[in-house]
Amino acid sequence: MNMLMILIPVALCLGGLGLWAFLWNLRSGQYEDLEGAAYRILDGSADTSHQRAAPSSEKDKS
Amino acid sequence: MTCCAGPIVADYANSHQSTSHIALLEELHANARKLADGSVNVVLSTPAIHCGNCIATIEGQLAKLPGVKYVRANLSFKRVSITLDGANRSLLGAVEKLEELGFPSQSISAEAAAQSDPELTMLVRALAVSAFAATNIMLLSIPVWNGADGATRGLFQFVSALIAIPCVAYGGMPFFRSAVSALRHRRMNMDVPISLGVILATGMSMYESFIGGGHTYFDAATSLLFFLLVGRALDHMMRTKARAAADRLVRIAAKGGFVVGDEGELAYVALDSLRPGMRIRVSAGERFPVDGKVTEGVSDVDRALVTGENQALRINHGSDVEAGTLNLTGSVDIIASRAAKDSFLAEVTHMMSSAESGRTGYVRIADRMARLYAPAVHVLALASFTGWMMWTAGDWHQSLTVAIAVLIITCPCALGLAVPVAHVVSAGRLFNAGILMKDGSALERLAAISDAAFDKTGTLTTGQPAVRTTTIPKGPIAALAKGMALRSMHPASRALAEYLAEVPETQITDLCEVPGGGIEARYQDKRVRLGRRDWVAEIVDTSSVDDTDQGVAFAMEGGPLYLAQLNETLRSDARWMVKTLQSDGLPCSVLSGDNEASVAGIAATLEISKFRASMRPGEKLDYLNQAAREGRKVLMVGDGLNDAPALVAAHVSMAPSSASDVGRTAADFVFTRNSLSAVIFAYDMAIATSRIVRQNFGLAIAYNILAVPLAMSGQLNPLLAAIAMSTSSIIVVGNSLRLHLLQPRSPEHSVEAGYQNAITTESIA
Repeated sequence: MNMLMILIPVALCLGGLGLWAFLWNLRSGQYEDLEGAAYRILDGSADTSHQRAAPSSEKDKS
Repeated sequence: MTCCAGPIVADYANSHQSTSHIALLEELHANARKLADGSVNVVLSTPAIHCGNCIATIEGQLAKLPGVKYVRANLSFKRVSITLDGANRSLLGAVEKLEELGFPSQSISAEAAAQSDPELTMLVRALAVSAFAATNIMLLSIPVWNGADGATRGLFQFVSALIAIPCVAYGGMPFFRSAVSALRHRRMNMDVPISLGVILATGMSMYESFIGGGHTYFDAATSLLFFLLVGRALDHMMRTKARAAADRLVRIAAKGGFVVGDEGELAYVALDSLRPGMRIRVSAGERFPVDGKVTEGVSDVDRALVTGENQALRINHGSDVEAGTLNLTGSVDIIASRAAKDSFLAEVTHMMSSAESGRTGYVRIADRMARLYAPAVHVLALASFTGWMMWTAGDWHQSLTVAIAVLIITCPCALGLAVPVAHVVSAGRLFNAGILMKDGSALERLAAISDAAFDKTGTLTTGQPAVRTTTIPKGPIAALAKGMALRSMHPASRALAEYLAEVPETQITDLCEVPGGGIEARYQDKRVRLGRRDWVAEIVDTSSVDDTDQGVAFAMEGGPLYLAQLNETLRSDARWMVKTLQSDGLPCSVLSGDNEASVAGIAATLEISKFRASMRPGEKLDYLNQAAREGRKVLMVGDGLNDAPALVAAHVSMAPSSASDVGRTAADFVFTRNSLSAVIFAYDMAIATSRIVRQNFGLAIAYNILAVPLAMSGQLNPLLAAIAMSTSSIIVVGNSLRLHLLQPRSPEHSVEAGYQNAITTESIA
């Protein structure tokens, strides 16, 4: 019984963490280009600093 | 357009591209989005992006252009977003650079490019919350189903309630809102029983866990919300975004014109104040603001808006011009014959907006289904409640539990997923094949077509003329002709230059372009001309020249006259496409704005017996409206400005991505690859989708037929409800995924099939 008092909040917190992570992904536009991201990581030469200066309107997922 | 004609003309003069780039530039300007810091953002559709290398190339190369601040290529949507620091010159430069790199692009309207859709974001958030709640409550429910008892059971139910209540309040919002607004209008929609079921189930379960007994349906309520939200979010993605094609036509209209006064002074007058009888000066690169008659000057005019033809037409004193057509080469004065509100362009715009309201009459299959289904659910739930009240002599607790079970089980998870999942899967499949779909209902409409109608130029043909035969001899003459042709932007010159691609070119100096004639240069102290036959013939000794066909002529002063015959190039698989459609029982016809002879020629090549030539935009529209009255459902495939009203009015429409911006906005489907097999694939996909949708409905209804008696007899417990609900949804999704397996028919396949047939017949024989 005592175990449950700890484990249930822990389970819910972990689940909540997942939910928060998903909402954060959504907000920060990580679903914007699912296929492109896979290639970008391989492109070692790319200087990504200019990409961070993206216009703020770019981040919505469609 | 006058206000921004300056940069357009300047930009156009700097570019070495064809006249179609004027139109492209107009689109770019209309679609560009001004950002807060003064920079300009354009989004381009670039179907050729397909790998990581493309991203690196595009971003690397474009970033080097002057004025480019930020480039981002999107592989999933095949788009490139470019932010420029406001300089107009670099806008076209960027597009040309992309083309040079092998990525032909079209500009996308700001509305379509803005991917922010608050309603969809809200739905996805609600979806995430209910997914979290549903999984956690499901995990807490499993021990309860397995017989957890006493304090543990009470604790689990209490925690479930804690999760479920905020989830239902937040995730259920979209349904509650829609249900309330429906009830307020005294209507019934599917959201009413959904809301009722979810709220009653949650309320009942709270009561149960409070008194510490019986079954709780928290897991059913939240997973119900989860499945419904999946369906709702997908459905929302497939809904038509407001397509104001008519507005886009208004955008290309000139905003005013320069009126020439009595003493020759120019005054800029806004469009609405232009009156018949005014003398208006229109420079090269501008669109005519009103209908009129040319009084002075010679020029070429692009009448794609009227006829759909890219061939420039010469205008001189006395020629009639229509508002919205594009003045290409020289400045002309016209006398306005009608006010702007009665002009040709205004007429076409009006036709489009009235045609647009006609299509909204189509009711999507899911909505038709819901109309039948919603009352049935209420009747069933109410019947079980009253039945049990009578049977158990007033045990309202038992009766209400059964009624809630019926509501939960009939709630259309599988039904809500049946259509959108199938549509989303086929939209993805079509997108991979280079076909963009605007709206899920377009697939339903496409599956029901009975006829197909095609525009000629740009649709059945590539729209670019090609040299068929020429009398220009190989050697120095050809080299000279090529040198001339390379210096001109006229489509005919470009065709000639392409035809003479192998020939070395002669450097030409002293080149000048004569409006309405062609280009003239000096070579070894002699005049050389390339252009219209009668104009070129002026410098040679030949007498009588007939001026009937579309050839281009070339001559050196005193020398013989050489001719090159042009014709349109048929798209390679046009013939196969027409044959396939005809063998599928869809009669084809050609509706063209071009002259009788060339339309007849194309129709004969394609073995299409029904064709109509010299049609104006309104006539195409009338043709389609007539067909609709006769009960025929016509697929219209067209590309030109002149096809736009027809594309809107047709039962369903397609346009190649080379089409005008207005055409692309008006059409339901846009195919980006240069092949008409897209028409066949989209049609096959539509047929397959409608079959899958029907199967999905069948599966969903079969599930109800099995589960509802169980619920009505009071045999349903939370475990059964959870299993039944999830499996039916999963089966529907799985069935829809089969759409991925559909293989496109292509000319090669049909040849193969024919070969196979031949073999089988032979072996049988």
